[in-house]
Amino acid sequence: MNSIKDRAALISEAAARMGKDTFKGTADKNTLSRTELTAQGAKVTTLEDAIRKAGLKDGMTISFHHHFRGGDKVINLVVAKLAEMGFKNLHLASSSLIDVHEPLIEHIKAGVITRISTSGLRGKLANEISRGIMQEPVIFRSHGGRGSAIANGDLKIDVAFLGASSADPMGNACGYSRSENAKSICGSLGYALPDAQYAKHVIILTDDLVAYPNTPYSISERNVESVVVVDSVGDSSKISSGAIRDTKNPRDILLAKQAAKVIINSGYFKQGFSIQTGSGGASLAAVKYIRQSMIDQGITASFALGGITAHMVKMHEEGLIDRLIDVQSFDKVAAESLKSDPMHQEVSANEYASYDEAGSATHSLDIVILSALEVDVDFNVNVLVGSDGIIRGAIGGHPDTAGDSALSIIVCPLLRGRIPCVVDEVTTHITPGSSFVVVVTEYGIAVNPRRPEIKERLVKAGLNVVEINALKDRAKSIIGEAAPLPFGDKVVGIVMNRDGSVMDVIKSIGD
Amino acid sequence: MFVPGNNPGMMQDAFIYGPDSIMLDLEDSVTMAEKDTARLLVHNALKTIDYGNTEMVVRINPLNTPYGKKDIEAVVKAGVHVIRMPKTETAEEVVEVEREIERVEKEIGCLGRTQIMAAIESTLGVVNAYAIATASKRMMGIALGAEDYSANLKTQRSPEGMELLLARQTIVVAARAAGIDALDTVYSNLNDMETFRKEVELIKQLGFDGKSIINPRQIEVVNEVFAPKEKEIQKSLTILAAIKEAEQRGSGVIAVNGKMVDRPVVIRAQRTIDLAIASGIINKEDI
Amino acid sequence: MEIKNAIAGTLESGDILIQIAPASEAGLHIDLESTVAYQFGAQIKKVITETLTELGVDSADVKATDKGALDCTIRARVTAAAVRATGKDVWAD
Repeated sequence: MNSIKDRAALISEAAARMGKDTFKGTADKNTLSRTELTAQGAKVTTLEDAIRKAGLKDGMTISFHHHFRGGDKVINLVVAKLAEMGFKNLHLASSSLIDVHEPLIEHIKAGVITRISTSGLRGKLANEISRGIMQEPVIFRSHGGRGSAIANGDLKIDVAFLGASSADPMGNACGYSRSENAKSICGSLGYALPDAQYAKHVIILTDDLVAYPNTPYSISERNVESVVVVDSVGDSSKISSGAIRDTKNPRDILLAKQAAKVIINSGYFKQGFSIQTGSGGASLAAVKYIRQSMIDQGITASFALGGITAHMVKMHEEGLIDRLIDVQSFDKVAAESLKSDPMHQEVSANEYASYDEAGSATHSLDIVILSALEVDVDFNVNVLVGSDGIIRGAIGGHPDTAGDSALSIIVCPLLRGRIPCVVDEVTTHITPGSSFVVVVTEYGIAVNPRRPEIKERLVKAGLNVVEINALKDRAKSIIGEAAPLPFGDKVVGIVMNRDGSVMDVIKSIGD
Repeated sequence: MFVPGNNPGMMQDAFIYGPDSIMLDLEDSVTMAEKDTARLLVHNALKTIDYGNTEMVVRINPLNTPYGKKDIEAVVKAGVHVIRMPKTETAEEVVEVEREIERVEKEIGCLGRTQIMAAIESTLGVVNAYAIATASKRMMGIALGAEDYSANLKTQRSPEGMELLLARQTIVVAARAAGIDALDTVYSNLNDMETFRKEVELIKQLGFDGKSIINPRQIEVVNEVFAPKEKEIQKSLTILAAIKEAEQRGSGVIAVNGKMVDRPVVIRAQRTIDLAIASGIINKEDI
Repeated sequence: MEIKNAIAGTLESGDILIQIAPASEAGLHIDLESTVAYQFGAQIKKVITETLTELGVDSADVKATDKGALDCTIRARVTAAAVRATGKDVWAD
């Protein structure tokens, strides 16, 4: 006979050989309808309970994303709760921090937060940190650099608190919602995806708990331990505040038009090219002005990358840009497009701009237009620390896109009030001069001597090409010689290069 | 390009947009209470800011106000290229302004440096256009100021500008007869670039040398309309090259493609090339 | 020189607001608030002092609120405030 009973000895023997148990039977089936069952999802809980379940301890690393930009509600809410629960010495690792995160000052003073990793700092928080309220220096990384650091273990995250505009009870989450109760939208969750993948424990915060399955999702339930419902994760109307704005400023328009002329005459403006723009009025507006030339010359772009804007979406819908690759939606139009258009692809920070991933999108990028606080005569760029020594910006994808693209263009006014943007040496080194090709100012266009062929093309096109030193001298002749800044001895910030090496340090500034 | 004389930020930036001429205004855009501060700002800006090759004009207040005389002193001492007289109605007004300019120029030892442009903004001014245009050897241009003029006509401006036709043509004719420039009035609706473009096309056809503008955004349209076409430029370059060659040969006879070239043709060719350079289509060095 | 309270300038970007008052004690006292104080504070005070001295004002309390004005603008605004304070113009009547 060969019934299962007859094979029992053999089964036991096989199990023993494999070091496994033999099958003991299953528990009784839950008879609830699956709709009811999933609605009860065991992961849905309160913030406090989710924090307890995460096993968070003093000294651990917590992480956040900043896709809601000026409208973000998650960081302040969670850190206030952590303070209330008595946590100390936490390391806050956000993809970035902005003006709205000013309440962190109190938590820093109270010792709740003692270390920070971020792409940037703005507003009062930046001011206080520049003056040295933290013992430990803030670690600054680019978006691609942060993605790499999370993947390779340089930045180990214990608990990630990730805001999402929709999530189901299992934790499938995205930056938009398809339900009628949708409260918020931020589009891409690109900067949160490395956290979701690599953090030891992931808590999703959402203001729209939807029925399972919340497909298509950005963050998979497989990476999520808890789901917390909150009143609001972010005010979507404030996504495009801060650095992003559609400009009416004639100087920005002038710069944008010049940048467009540089692109059109650079030799890279041909069928199938790819493009990215940084934040900042002039660099965003430049896209508007290359559009007409694309139509006139019958050229289409293969993809637009990065912070996707309404301009990019419009050109995509017109058939001028084939695909959109989106790590961060810069405005609501872009966020809506990500939700509805399958050719508009969300990518993680690593897929976007990782130095050590050959497949990351920046490696396939032809042209990037970026803004800057300062450029120096060796084409080094500073986007983080103001000329007054106070931190007032973010590294963003600056070194990633500038480093990997074929043609990187800085667009900045020569002067902002009495502050020069072309200087002898940048206050803080963020993106190395070897990354940059062209600097566009209202007083002329300078080309990196490493790229004589570009200079030749722009001169031939009749553009006002000048030496970078001439721009610097021009600025000085208008504003006079600035006095040296009163830096202190304390290091308040460390700038990491995208390859994981230390690029520069930021010293405290005093009165 | 008109720039209010009491706005340091705009005065500093105007140059970067590449207008042919910047007019710092002390008159209508400055309130009575700020005439003194604007005058000082304009004086210091002219003395200090590097405006490159841009022609610098200041619109002063009329001499029959308490401000006109001081305005002249302040801007002549700062080295202004052109003084623009507002609401000019008679040749005598030009002579009075010239007398004030001369007084200041003598004081600082630079007699004859400052030119005059007169804005004609009334029916009487239009009637006297030629007398105004020839009232002084310092006169370099006359301009239409259409807002006051149309009010004076008891009408208002229309998109087609029929009401301005006589004034415009009178001013062009007077300027041509006097051998000076004719400049058209401003168009103030920044959001209607279509009508603005039509107006620029019209005044170019009427023979004006340029258009007054109030915002950098208008520069591109003016340059586009006034820019000569590629074919025209090529033809003009050929003619000018032929002249150069003829001069080198010491010959007074100029021929292009076997045809004799008349003097008006040469003048028109030179003007085309000047415009092409001003519009940024060709570089001076390329000629 | 006798002076009254006077004010000139604006708080717009690229401008400076100058307030002059009779001196509380002899000499020029400049209270400067500037968006570029670190880099240009000393230079701004120097321009204010020079301009006032040239105009014969050697005793006054000056409050300057600077929004990134260039030296030529500072000179113009200080002169205007001084002219208003002293009633003595720099141009002929």
